[in-house]
Amino acid sequence: MFSGRPLHLDGPLLIALVFLSALGLVVIFSASGENWDVMLKQGVRLGVSVAAMLILAQVSPETLRRLSPHLFVIGLIALLGVLLIGVTAKGAQRWLDLGVVRFQPSELMKLAVPMAVAWLLTRGRMPPSFSMVMAALMVTLIPAGLVVIQPELGTAIMLIVSGMIVVFMAGIRWHHIMMLLAALAALAPFLWSRLDGYQQQRILTLFDPFADPLGSGYQTIQAQIAIGSAGIWGKGWLEGSQSHLEFIPERSTDFIFAVFAEEFGLIGVLMLVLLYLFIVGRCLVMAYHTRDTYSRLLIGALALTFFFYLFVNLGMVSGILPIVGVPLPLISYGGTSMLTLMAGFGMIMGMHARRRLMT
Amino acid sequence: MAASELPSARAVAPETVRRRIRIAAVLALALSLILIWRFYSLQVLQYERYQTLSLDNHIRIQAVPPVRGLILDRHGVVLAQNTAVHILQVVPEKVHDMEAMLRKVDHLVGLSATEVEAFRSRLKKHPSFEKVLLKARLDDVETATFAVNEYRFPGVTLEAVLHRDYPQGSLVSHVLGYVGRISESEEAMIDPAAYQGVRSIGKIGVEKQYEDLLLGRPGFAQVEIDAHGRTLRTISRNSATPGNTLNLTIDADLQRIAREALGNRRGAVVAIAPSSGEVLTMASSPSFDPNLFVDGIDQRTYDALRGLEDRPLLNRALYGRYAPGSTIKPVIAQAILDSGISPRESVYCPGWYTLPDSTRRYRCWKKTGHGPVNLHGAVEQSCDVYFYEMGRRLGIEAMADVLTRFGLGAVTGVDLPKEPDGLVPTPQWKRATRNESWYPGEDLITVIGQGYLMVTPMQLARMTATLANRGIPVQPRLLLSKEDSLSGETIPTNASSQPAKPATEASLDQVIQSMTAVMHSPRGTARASGRRSPYQIAGKTGTAQVIGIAQDEEYDESVIPEKFHDHALFIAFAPVDKPQIAIAVVVENGGSGAKAAAPIARKIMDRFFQKKLQRAAVSSKHHVFG
Repeated sequence: MFSGRPLHLDGPLLIALVFLSALGLVVIFSASGENWDVMLKQGVRLGVSVAAMLILAQVSPETLRRLSPHLFVIGLIALLGVLLIGVTAKGAQRWLDLGVVRFQPSELMKLAVPMAVAWLLTRGRMPPSFSMVMAALMVTLIPAGLVVIQPELGTAIMLIVSGMIVVFMAGIRWHHIMMLLAALAALAPFLWSRLDGYQQQRILTLFDPFADPLGSGYQTIQAQIAIGSAGIWGKGWLEGSQSHLEFIPERSTDFIFAVFAEEFGLIGVLMLVLLYLFIVGRCLVMAYHTRDTYSRLLIGALALTFFFYLFVNLGMVSGILPIVGVPLPLISYGGTSMLTLMAGFGMIMGMHARRRLMT
Repeated sequence: MAASELPSARAVAPETVRRRIRIAAVLALALSLILIWRFYSLQVLQYERYQTLSLDNHIRIQAVPPVRGLILDRHGVVLAQNTAVHILQVVPEKVHDMEAMLRKVDHLVGLSATEVEAFRSRLKKHPSFEKVLLKARLDDVETATFAVNEYRFPGVTLEAVLHRDYPQGSLVSHVLGYVGRISESEEAMIDPAAYQGVRSIGKIGVEKQYEDLLLGRPGFAQVEIDAHGRTLRTISRNSATPGNTLNLTIDADLQRIAREALGNRRGAVVAIAPSSGEVLTMASSPSFDPNLFVDGIDQRTYDALRGLEDRPLLNRALYGRYAPGSTIKPVIAQAILDSGISPRESVYCPGWYTLPDSTRRYRCWKKTGHGPVNLHGAVEQSCDVYFYEMGRRLGIEAMADVLTRFGLGAVTGVDLPKEPDGLVPTPQWKRATRNESWYPGEDLITVIGQGYLMVTPMQLARMTATLANRGIPVQPRLLLSKEDSLSGETIPTNASSQPAKPATEASLDQVIQSMTAVMHSPRGTARASGRRSPYQIAGKTGTAQVIGIAQDEEYDESVIPEKFHDHALFIAFAPVDKPQIAIAVVVENGGSGAKAAAPIARKIMDRFFQKKLQRAAVSSKHHVFG
């Protein structure tokens, strides 16, 4: 019983996603120093992620909505679990060892937070009242706070953004937005003082990376040299000297876009940004077409959060945003982030495919 | 609000959300334009600048770690140095098949199970582009074997590094401590710039205490690399500054005598030059080989060392806490004199003592009793009954006061980390910590150096030096001088000025006379160790109970397990008139101070004065012929 669409999938979106991830494998092959092992591993992760997408596309929006608060509570408990009994990797506590798999609750929260906020807001009137906005703020800030302690600043910021996007789309009144922004401005000095020294340094580095060329500015400078030296046409695949001489730290993960930009030039950058924008645009159109508030809010939030990932990653690689440790969606090496994103796209397709059944 | 009024998810979404989606789409487009502008600016407008930078970017900056300072003894004997060793390092992301690589390396140069285990755990902690240690210390054959086969191992490099080495092995390990790999918690504490390229850090002992002096400053080399990242040449070099060479006050030769004299017993010896506080010997037995820790000791060996009942890792000279026993009697004697009691006054010793209104017997170590004894005889023969009586009269406050004045119950200030302060009990202390009042019987236990009183061998040595100085306290110290690595200039460390609070000189002379009698009179408790010495010694024996002996019980060494035998203690300084060395000896479960501890001190003193004479002879010869 398909609603006119095989397996509740969306053709254009699916093609774009597959094309983007395949491109990701090509870039990873170059960034890893032509390591087949690394590329194969990422290929397997891509396969698992696509499977997750297919499965989640079969879940109805009503089920998703009902599951939202439960998923959120499970995520919260898991986050607390991480702090108490988590596994430390690279100096941060992010993992929960479940015996068979190691599981990163902050990734689950990337879906659970927008779902929970959308669930919460659809229980009240539209546009949301001020108290509803405050409740949504709590639902966003509590998990974000737990993630900051891990410490994983980048993910915490993304959680807050995803929650706030839902609130924005639900039609929060403009004067409420102003009040929140004013509160944020008032809190800014306090938040600044709570940042670690290295985090402050990263933000200061933004204004003058050459002030500390061997320390905190090194990554930014080297990435900019890689990007700038590519010119319009790029140096060609596997030919990026900056990347292959290992001047760029984290070149398979957070800084993979520097490798891409060095090898494919401005033309490649434009094509890639357009491909991303196509994905975001297609999702926004799908949100436009759905008829129930929950689906519309969630699809819109997931799509715009996806865009925000892209913006923050490209901004930090090109040196207009501080380095906060956000991977390039669907391209950076690493499995969990890809799994979460693909699961999200699966949910989007499922909600969109069943939009007619909802009324 | 009734549930039916709630807009359900099924309700058609209000137009607001669509409006907001349109706004968000416009915002996203605007942000995308900013990004595109940024890339246009980098890749088109500033293309030439970055292209030049990229072409020039074959210069890489490498940290050059500093050479850690040497540690020498007072006569220049090397205690800690650096030797070149070869190590194998792995850049994980360059290795295609980790398991095959490990098998091949094992086949070629051998890898122990612990090495592989440690490598795997390090692998998890480091990003894959960083070098990870696989095998430390390859011998010459292994180095040569791997060097000719290196091309077969992409990602595995053979490197020569400087490695901390303690040529004296376990001889001075408690004083020196050791360096080890920088741990995660230390990493958070240190200044990363100061530790560029540095792999190890002082963990305990002098290595930790003087980490700042020993470390040096890292340098930087600019090296040119080719398109494959291989180093072509070094363009410039900002040399690292080696750490300072430290001369310790320790005399390695005396240290050896002390260690040999202690043998395989558990115990400690501290010898101090009384005038300067220079620590000549600081031995703790049993000991351990600090070289085990340099590359990171494996858990099994470490657990084995820690698990040993003898606790070889413990520096007993500084961290061992013991009841001082009768060694404090000279200091108590000083308090007796200060209180105005006549030194000629005799107390009759029948072999035991009872407090007025009590039947409990406090024993003298001599069951048959000493008969009538005055102060001199009581110190000479260590009569407990005389001191019980005086302890009762003095009371705890006066005793605590004099013990504190001689430095007990407080850190000596010796330059080693985390010195404990021991304990001189007072009624206030007992009230505060145990919420009990002070009993008169506890005066008697304290006066013979038992009960709550706890001292370290270092404190005992300092007390002895203070006696030798006729009451002027001195701060023990281990650092004699440091040599600036660049200028070669030697900077002596000055003895910190001491608060001069001397006791009455005349009365201390009287106590010292009695201590001399301990060594040289026919009735002295340590006369066997004073016999035929070419110099005069002042000493005092001590024997501290480890277990309580009940009223009617006999202490019989032959039936009590060794670990419950009394601790043997001894303090001494010499020569009596112009003291040059002050010693404290503790032998755990050694039995009697006279038999187990005093001979050790005598051996050290003999060697000390013999060396003095030799050096005097050598220097006078030079004077004549030079």
